[in-house]
Amino acid sequence: MSTATATPAPPAGRPAPDVAPRRGASRGRVTGSLLTTLTWILSLGFFFPVLWMAMTAFKQENEASSSPPTWFFTPTLDQFRAVVGESGTYVANSAIATGVSTVLVLLLGIPAAYALSIRPVEKVSDVLFFFISTKMLPVVAVIVPIYVIAGQLKVLDNVWTLVVLYTAMNLPIAVWMMRSFFQEIPAEVLEAAAVDGAGLMKTLRSVLIPMVAPGIAATALICVIFAWNEFFFALNLTASQAATVPIFIVSTMTSEGLFLARLCAAALLASLPVILAGWIAQKQLVRGLSMGAIK
Amino acid sequence: MTTVAAHAGSARRAESQRAARRADKHQYPSAERWRRRAPLLPALIFTIVVTQIPFLVTIWYSLHSRNLLRPDSDIFVGLSNYLDIARDSVFRQTALNSVVITLGCVLVAMVLGIVLAILLDRPFRGRGVARTLLITPFLIMPVATSVLWSMAMLNPTYGLFNWTLGLVGIDPVDWTSTYPIVAILMALVWQWTPFMMLLVLAGLQAQPKDVLEAAAMDGAGWWRTFASITLPQLRRYIELGILLGIIYVVNTFDQIYLMTAGGPGTASANLPFYIYQRAFLGFDVGQAAAMGVVVVIATIIVASLALRLIFRSFDVKE
Repeated sequence: MSTATATPAPPAGRPAPDVAPRRGASRGRVTGSLLTTLTWILSLGFFFPVLWMAMTAFKQENEASSSPPTWFFTPTLDQFRAVVGESGTYVANSAIATGVSTVLVLLLGIPAAYALSIRPVEKVSDVLFFFISTKMLPVVAVIVPIYVIAGQLKVLDNVWTLVVLYTAMNLPIAVWMMRSFFQEIPAEVLEAAAVDGAGLMKTLRSVLIPMVAPGIAATALICVIFAWNEFFFALNLTASQAATVPIFIVSTMTSEGLFLARLCAAALLASLPVILAGWIAQKQLVRGLSMGAIK
Repeated sequence: MTTVAAHAGSARRAESQRAARRADKHQYPSAERWRRRAPLLPALIFTIVVTQIPFLVTIWYSLHSRNLLRPDSDIFVGLSNYLDIARDSVFRQTALNSVVITLGCVLVAMVLGIVLAILLDRPFRGRGVARTLLITPFLIMPVATSVLWSMAMLNPTYGLFNWTLGLVGIDPVDWTSTYPIVAILMALVWQWTPFMMLLVLAGLQAQPKDVLEAAAMDGAGWWRTFASITLPQLRRYIELGILLGIIYVVNTFDQIYLMTAGGPGTASANLPFYIYQRAFLGFDVGQAAAMGVVVVIATIIVASLALRLIFRSFDVKE
């Protein structure tokens, strides 16, 4: 959290045009503190459901589903213990699907972005359009053939099927993002490398990759978030063997007895990696979500 | 989906001109052309194989009557699946729900996002903390968001939201069955507002400082400065936010599956959920595939408009 708070985006010397008109300092101060108070109320309001989820995760089941809600209780780790004990396979599957697909996305995406920016192929814009248009293809339109084909290839309920699909899902975003980072590299640097007679792999390895390392990190972050959270493919293409963390969350909802506290513990633990990564890398998050359009 | 590229037309002219300049007018000897293409090909071929082949199969299925449970029962039926869709009132209703949910979420989240971004753009102590708190909803796994809202928040007996309403004397409401779309929108807006806020905030902070200083010097008030300097500057950030929001939100599935299961009946189903239902609960592959094709055609029409906007957004930045 400290890293996140240390990254307020605008430079310090920036004027504050919105601290109300200058018609007397005291009036401006009052408006200012009112606005600050309002900001805090809204921020805490938006955050509150998350806090409530976290509180519920530390309750016993009867406290979690009580009416009126239980505000004061003795925190317990029972739900976390149960969740950690049951979720091993799911976490392993999610880790493989997320980790391997992200590595594959980078391996395929970085050279592609290079071929779309630094030494461009013909018809760059057509290729870019093709990539982005696959993001607009509704997943439901292809799920049935994917299910049938996976069934025929005997790769249903197989984590590597998810790896392939998550790679395809994230690759267009990665190509766009990496391209926006490559375009920031000054032409002189590349010319110098070319004069030195460096080939593609050498240029990539020794000049480009170090310069765009922050960009690669931002791209990886976005791919990890989307793959880790993915539910639709996992729901339709996995059963007992390859099920991932989102499926585990759903599986904690049982038809008998109370389950809200355990559900919240699972939901909290499942979200924690992305929450922490997002808090730390707020700036990269904006750039990634806008596919490189916003710096 | 390559058709989208063909539709895009003039919007990308500036882009290709820039590319052309870099690429010395496209005139490479063949060997050089392939040297340039080589790094692109693995990604391109992978994407074509994984995304386009299933879609071609979808078109094939859509012309057949096929049941998921009896793969051998494959009969060619021509366009009759499409005729069924034209007669299917549920399809029309779920299409309308898709529009309501997508636009409702994107527009409400954008308005809230603008308000929050303006508030966060002021310097005050602890601003980083406030921003961190505000973006957190977007970082929660959508499956977790769905269950958090449908149970912990909106459950009619122990939900916190109803309890809060009770404090001001409003009787408990069974949100997910009485107002299912409103319930889904609550969860979606909560999740997407931080996204919009981040984009708009980036726009606010990209404002040229000297112009703002000059405005202040000329004695322009807050509203005047906002309307004549900030808003025009924000426009492309807002456009980009709405566009990306639509791309992501139109495919919403998790929240609907987990909060209302499309119900009651099909009152809150959107197209992705309805197609899923037809394919995996009704096992009607042909019908589901035909709906998928219709959705893709609609997407191409919307997307070819939207892509112009994307390219304009990406062009301005340089």
